Amino acid sequence: MSAPAVPAGSPLRPWEGTRLLVLRNYVTYRRQWKLFATGFLEPVFYLFSIGIGVGKLIHAFELNGHSIPYAEFVAPGMLAASAFNGALLDSTFNVFFKLKYEKLYDQMLATPLTTSDVARGEIIWGQLRGASYSVAFLLVMWALGLVHSWWAVLALPATLLIGFAFSAVCMGLTTWMTSWQDFEKITLVQLPMFLFSGTFFPVSRFHGVLRWVVECTPLYRGVVLCRELTTGALSWESGVSVVYLVVMGLIGLVVVRRRLDILLLT
Amino acid sequence: MIHARDLRKSFTDKAGHVVEAVRGIDIDVRRGEAFGFLGPNGAGKSSTMRMIAAVSPVSGGELRILGRDPAEHGPAIRSRLGVCPQEDTLDNELNVFDNLYIYGRYFGIPKREVRERAEELLEFVQLTDKRSAKVEGLSGGMKRRLTIARSLINRPEILLLDEPTTGLDPQARHILWDRLFRLKQQGVTLVITTHYMDEAEQLCDRLVVMDRGVIAAEGSPLELIRAHSTREVSELRFPVGDHEATAEKVADLGERVEVLPDRILVYSDDGEHVLEQVHDRGLRPIATLVRRSTLEDVFLRLTGRTLVD
Repeated sequence: MSAPAVPAGSPLRPWEGTRLLVLRNYVTYRRQWKLFATGFLEPVFYLFSIGIGVGKLIHAFELNGHSIPYAEFVAPGMLAASAFNGALLDSTFNVFFKLKYEKLYDQMLATPLTTSDVARGEIIWGQLRGASYSVAFLLVMWALGLVHSWWAVLALPATLLIGFAFSAVCMGLTTWMTSWQDFEKITLVQLPMFLFSGTFFPVSRFHGVLRWVVECTPLYRGVVLCRELTTGALSWESGVSVVYLVVMGLIGLVVVRRRLDILLLT
Repeated sequence: MIHARDLRKSFTDKAGHVVEAVRGIDIDVRRGEAFGFLGPNGAGKSSTMRMIAAVSPVSGGELRILGRDPAEHGPAIRSRLGVCPQEDTLDNELNVFDNLYIYGRYFGIPKREVRERAEELLEFVQLTDKRSAKVEGLSGGMKRRLTIARSLINRPEILLLDEPTTGLDPQARHILWDRLFRLKQQGVTLVITTHYMDEAEQLCDRLVVMDRGVIAAEGSPLELIRAHSTREVSELRFPVGDHEATAEKVADLGERVEVLPDRILVYSDDGEHVLEQVHDRGLRPIATLVRRSTLEDVFLRLTGRTLVD
């Protein structure tokens, strides 16, 4: 047998493949920047209609012993929920389309790219998109006088954490889906989470087991974390939320990589 | 370039049964040659190609590509391969040029160099005027050419082509064959799967005939025909249902007789002489044809089945 004709290592530096996947997504979106606008406007519309519109009908509001206007209560909820909705859309519909219909990942894996690059690249891209929405929304909140603490700056990484956790887990779930009908199940979980995770009204409205269940859901942790940051009312619970979301995202990432190996490298 | 010994691939299907797609094959592909896998659908060609492309783990046996084990050096091997899959997997969200540019970047090729290569390759596959077009609007032949161009962006040492001309019209096939000839002249090693005999005869220096996961025969197209068939074939067509009975009456006229649903094939070295004898015996076929033996005849001989159903 002749001596090996190729060098042993990948021609790509560590993480270069991941960056290249992000580049690919950036090039496709460069021509569709209008899509960006819709992602940003959704939480703003909610803020104006419910936070400010419905908020006019509600007077005093108790939160952690302080009295705050309703709009200040709803705005961080919308911030967290838009990171949640954006991550879900990107990691379910978009990934399913690329995986099953476009066979996009098959062509990528014929190159030195690996399934890790695909998983990390898609999730990081989703977070970059989400971050731009979050920055814009935080500026709107600030302009409307809904922010009273410098802690609010940390609400940006908090939304990225929410996005990461949901992207990773939902991308993992997407690998088990076989048809578009399966997405009904996602919607079935998404809508109640969006409505009842302390987004529009405080969790103290729930009693007993129900309250305990809500407090354990990931979106609730995200909403509370954002609210604690924008109102400046941090507690030990904020740390719990951060750890919860980090662990959730990392588990999702491992699952995604394994599943892509099974599905694509057969 | 490619070295396989007792190579095996098995899958577990949805019902839980183990399917053996490749059941122990030996292959040696040399630098600069065009090597073909010929066989019907389900023969194990595509499974073999995926293993060679370093995207499908080997179930058993030994496989070395460019001297390396794909299980350990996947990215390094893939960086030296060009892959043109059976289904076009172009990126529909990117235009024609960006398909080449982004794909080239996946190999870690610097920006400026990828741009230059992409322009050259568009020229090579005659798609320069479609540079900024969307991929979705291209014809089947154009998509195939773009896929070929894409597979060449990293200047591969081995080009893997899985059914390169399936679904193309005759004109598009000839353009593609011409481009593949040129690549071979440039020293690129070609590995081709096909179920078209004419394609295998046109393109391949050496080929293996695969059937049900094993290699049935190996050699150059001419060697295979010489070894497994006669020089000429006389095709006799009789009224429907008469073929089995008539075959017995002509069985002694050639070295071998094959009965197909629609015709009888008599293998001999002088086809015209066979036809004369058929007429002398008072048989009156509806239609007759004398032709050279092809790889189709080799396949029929080896497996008892036709290539394309």
